[in-house]
Amino acid sequence: MNIAETLPTWAALPVAFLLVLGGLISLVGALGLLRLANFYQRIHGPAITVTLGAGCILIASMIYFTATQSRLVIHELLISVFVLMTAPVVAMMIMRAAVYRDLRKEHVADKEKTGTDRTATGA
Amino acid sequence: MKRWLPSPLLSLCLLLMWLLLNQTIEPAHLLLGAVLGIVAPVLARPLQPQGYPRISRPFVLFRLLWLSLIEIVRSCFNVSRIILFRRTEGVNSQFIHIPLDLRDPYGLALLSCLINSTPGTVWVEIVPDTHELLLHVFDLHDEQWWIDTIKSHYEQPIIEVFEQPRHSEREKTT
Repeated sequence: MNIAETLPTWAALPVAFLLVLGGLISLVGALGLLRLANFYQRIHGPAITVTLGAGCILIASMIYFTATQSRLVIHELLISVFVLMTAPVVAMMIMRAAVYRDLRKEHVADKEKTGTDRTATGA
Repeated sequence: MKRWLPSPLLSLCLLLMWLLLNQTIEPAHLLLGAVLGIVAPVLARPLQPQGYPRISRPFVLFRLLWLSLIEIVRSCFNVSRIILFRRTEGVNSQFIHIPLDLRDPYGLALLSCLINSTPGTVWVEIVPDTHELLLHVFDLHDEQWWIDTIKSHYEQPIIEVFEQPRHSEREKTT
């Protein structure tokens, strides 16, 4: 904790604020997973965590290490770029998997229905 | 030039990525990054059957990204408010269809990333026959508003950025 104690006030305030905000946003995202009713709604919960939650924490990290090491530390930008490039693709894949699962369920249900109809007419 | 540097922008991004990863601007790393930036796109070109994307209006692209960033922050708070304070039965989650004019695959990829990064909307798929986008909206009030917003704020700039040179090419060939 020695390095953290030498952090000047002008850096400590935004770092603390962004960390708390990022943590709260991630918490809300997790709460969304818990509270929302069905899968299609729940997929929107983690989107907040990925964008704004991760963004706040990464900006806080940039300010903190720039202030403590007295040089520009911005390689967190790479993390945000890669998160913003990969997270949407994952969301789309999960969404499509869910849609196809439900379509298949309907398809199977239809088949069973027509199957029983056919046996009914046959008998 | 075109043969050894198929995408100057990609090369520049790779160089920047290398320098950021190593957190330095020493000449040795500049050289290594430049080699990476030149060799990687040339070697990866066979993996890109469409060729590298050509970005014709960088300013429009930056403006689009900036506006999307604002939109992301705004809808983050909207979605958070719904999760925290609304009863979940009252949330009107719907699938909507949006007719798209955009055909460029890189443009569509960018559009899907922007839409999926914005909390509250998830891209499902493009219906192959009608070229309509199937979009899932977390809390739907006005379907027409969504269609207008996506078409004017997102699709129009992306068409300007990605499809402009192709049109001029087509004009040249015809």
